[in-house]
Amino acid sequence: MKTPAKFLVGSGIIVVTLLSLAYVGFTQSKTYYHTLSEIATLHGSALDQRMRIGGDVQDGSIQHLPGHVEFVLVEQGRTLTVNYAGRDPLPDTFKGGAQALVEGHLMPDGRFNAEQVQAKCASKYEAAPTQTAPATGAKQTYPNSQS
Amino acid sequence: MDIFGSFSLLLALIAAVYAIVAGIIAIRTRNPLLTKSARHAGIAVCLLVTLAVACVEFLFFTNNFSMAYVAEHSNRDLPAFYKFAALWAGQEGSLLFWSWLLSIYAFFALFLNRHKHPELMPYVGVVLACIQLFFLTLNNFVANPFQVLGHAGAGGALTVVAQADGHGLTPLLQYSEMVIHPPMLYLGYTGFSVPFAFAMAALLGRYPGEKWIHITRRWTMVAWGFQTIGVLLGAHWAYAVLGWGGYWAWDPVENASLLPWITATAFLHSVMMQEKRGMMKVWNVWLVFTTFMLCILGTLLTRSGVVSSIHAFAQSSIGTWFTTFLAIVFVACLLAFWKNRDYLRSDNQLDSLVSRESSFLFNNLILLAACFAVLWGTLFPVFSEWVQGTKISVGPPFFNKVNVPIALFLLFLTGVGPLLAWRKTSLDGLKRNFAWPLAGGILAGVIAVIFGMRQIYPLICLILSVFVVLTIAAEFWRGARVISARSSINVLAAMGQLTMRNTRRYGGYVVHFGMVLIFIGIAGSAFKQDVQQDMPPGAHMKLGPYDIVSQNFDQVQTPNYQSERATLEVFRNGKSQMILYPERRFFLASQITQTLVGIQSTPLRDIYLVYDGRNPETNRPEVHAYLNPLVKCIWFGGLVVVLGTILALIPSRQPVLVISQATERAVASAGPLPQPVGVVHGQD
Repeated sequence: MKTPAKFLVGSGIIVVTLLSLAYVGFTQSKTYYHTLSEIATLHGSALDQRMRIGGDVQDGSIQHLPGHVEFVLVEQGRTLTVNYAGRDPLPDTFKGGAQALVEGHLMPDGRFNAEQVQAKCASKYEAAPTQTAPATGAKQTYPNSQS
Repeated sequence: MDIFGSFSLLLALIAAVYAIVAGIIAIRTRNPLLTKSARHAGIAVCLLVTLAVACVEFLFFTNNFSMAYVAEHSNRDLPAFYKFAALWAGQEGSLLFWSWLLSIYAFFALFLNRHKHPELMPYVGVVLACIQLFFLTLNNFVANPFQVLGHAGAGGALTVVAQADGHGLTPLLQYSEMVIHPPMLYLGYTGFSVPFAFAMAALLGRYPGEKWIHITRRWTMVAWGFQTIGVLLGAHWAYAVLGWGGYWAWDPVENASLLPWITATAFLHSVMMQEKRGMMKVWNVWLVFTTFMLCILGTLLTRSGVVSSIHAFAQSSIGTWFTTFLAIVFVACLLAFWKNRDYLRSDNQLDSLVSRESSFLFNNLILLAACFAVLWGTLFPVFSEWVQGTKISVGPPFFNKVNVPIALFLLFLTGVGPLLAWRKTSLDGLKRNFAWPLAGGILAGVIAVIFGMRQIYPLICLILSVFVVLTIAAEFWRGARVISARSSINVLAAMGQLTMRNTRRYGGYVVHFGMVLIFIGIAGSAFKQDVQQDMPPGAHMKLGPYDIVSQNFDQVQTPNYQSERATLEVFRNGKSQMILYPERRFFLASQITQTLVGIQSTPLRDIYLVYDGRNPETNRPEVHAYLNPLVKCIWFGGLVVVLGTILALIPSRQPVLVISQATERAVASAGPLPQPVGVVHGQD
């Protein structure tokens, strides 16, 4: 066998091994993004997939119950009750009104079992012009801001 | 000051346009005066952008809260140190920072080579100016850092409204490393523009010879060194600040910083094939192009929020600009390559599977596979949305499954590659070079199994690490012994001399050694332990061999933040070892709580304590404790890698006579006559 051919065979073995590993890793960890309104339209096996859902945490909906935390996500009028029993503490930014991203599975009773909760404090990361007036109350507009 | 800064930016843009136009005309007409003028315009861009950056810093330090950017990212009580770092806290400043660093690189590239390579430099100047033009356009018209707060008053005149105080810097960034990490990473990202410009210039100008590949290699090493520091500091920051006990989460932005690092690593290896054997020319040019494009992609991912990540929460229109630029760069690369593809014809062919060439080929193949896997996993949400309409993301299991075997294979090549001869290695040579290191590695593996180590990947990592370290040590030893015998100095001094005689080769070994340390540190994560429980004062917690006792909780108040602090004493075998103070800080200006981890770091293990606040169920303070073995190896390994890179960048003291079959071109033949140091198998 010629040297370039040997090299190609070697490369082929490596690539096939990596592809199969990639496939296994992919099936283990793929997560579907859905919006709250999409959940209602899911059926069949799509309901059992691992998914990630974003929404706003309803003000006052966070309940600390023994062993788990329960809260309600809202997006465009639709709501979803989320159960979180994970070990990691909820992020500091997680509070009523914050945007949250939950990852886990949908339960048969229509609730969501989250294994992970991420939260972002909207005011800080997005420099939205109308939010978070400073303590002085000075009227602020950003005429040139294009963000 | 803001108007001054705005004008500097605008002038910089004009200077960049001039540098492009004058540069192109100068290349066409070969007018030396115009060439000089274009170069000066390129240098002027650096000066003007520096002025603009100075203006932003001035506005931060004078607490000018009528500036939108200052009001958004600073406040009066912010320590001066962080006011400086606030420059890159947001979109506008970060992009200005990009421009600035790029202009500094361009300055050095143009200035240092002002009397050299007259055929090449005008092209380099034009390519660099084109990249600068893109960023300066963003700085001027899309994300201008000099926007004022105000509203239209009577008659449409602008009334500037200053705020009494700013919103403050994101607490996540209020950490000393955050002042160094972004500049380092940006120096890496922007630095790859220079090799790109040289490669593009050589291709467009059909620059004869391989000189450009030497220049490109050196610049790539500089950028690569910064990128390494940047990536590791980012990992360390995530470890020390985010409080989840880990340092790498395969977050899109982390991945983005890793991608150009991988392709640059591949380039630094395959470039040797071109230098020594005239092979892989097309491949090398494309590696340089790809590295640059991945830098732009990285900036795009970080700044646009295309893929959701902790760093890139902000959604903005900047993505379209970057995507367009990326497309233009790609088309330009493709055209330049297609038009000049005959310039890149290979001189040689692969001779044997057991040779230096083939080890480089495998190294490149595997690095590219890693790069592709990481890229694919990072962008999969975007692609799946295009193709299927649903966003699908992949998590750490995917990245680890693919990259762990790749990393181990690379580790194996790290040991094998440098000792294989060019063209073909004899069985005898293999035995001589590898018998002892291999035996050492297997011995270490057997001992580890006897002591109860059963996980397969860490075990392989250990065996390979020992093997690689022994091969490197043997190389130093062999060379040093020859020198010490000849010039009757001790072996250690001889090692120093050996290194300085061929910095490139031995610097490379030092880099490899650092990488082995990093690998060992990462393998250590397989043995991490953690405990989480309520810790009211007096409570105990068992963590591996340690016993942690909660002593006290107190409050600390500063103008910048309020903090609640736990005092935890760590005992081992009944003896007090240390006291750690994990904290939770509430930042007053931004109204955000931030965790500060208590870490005690030793070479063997880190004790990592996080105060989780009050447990909402029991209303008692809760502590999460981690025992992370060998993490320090990663940071220390990083230092070694950087040291090795610097070593490799220092010019060798004397050329070394190397006896080998490969054709050696006369490189740097000036200086005293080379002294034979003995038969060295293969070359650097």
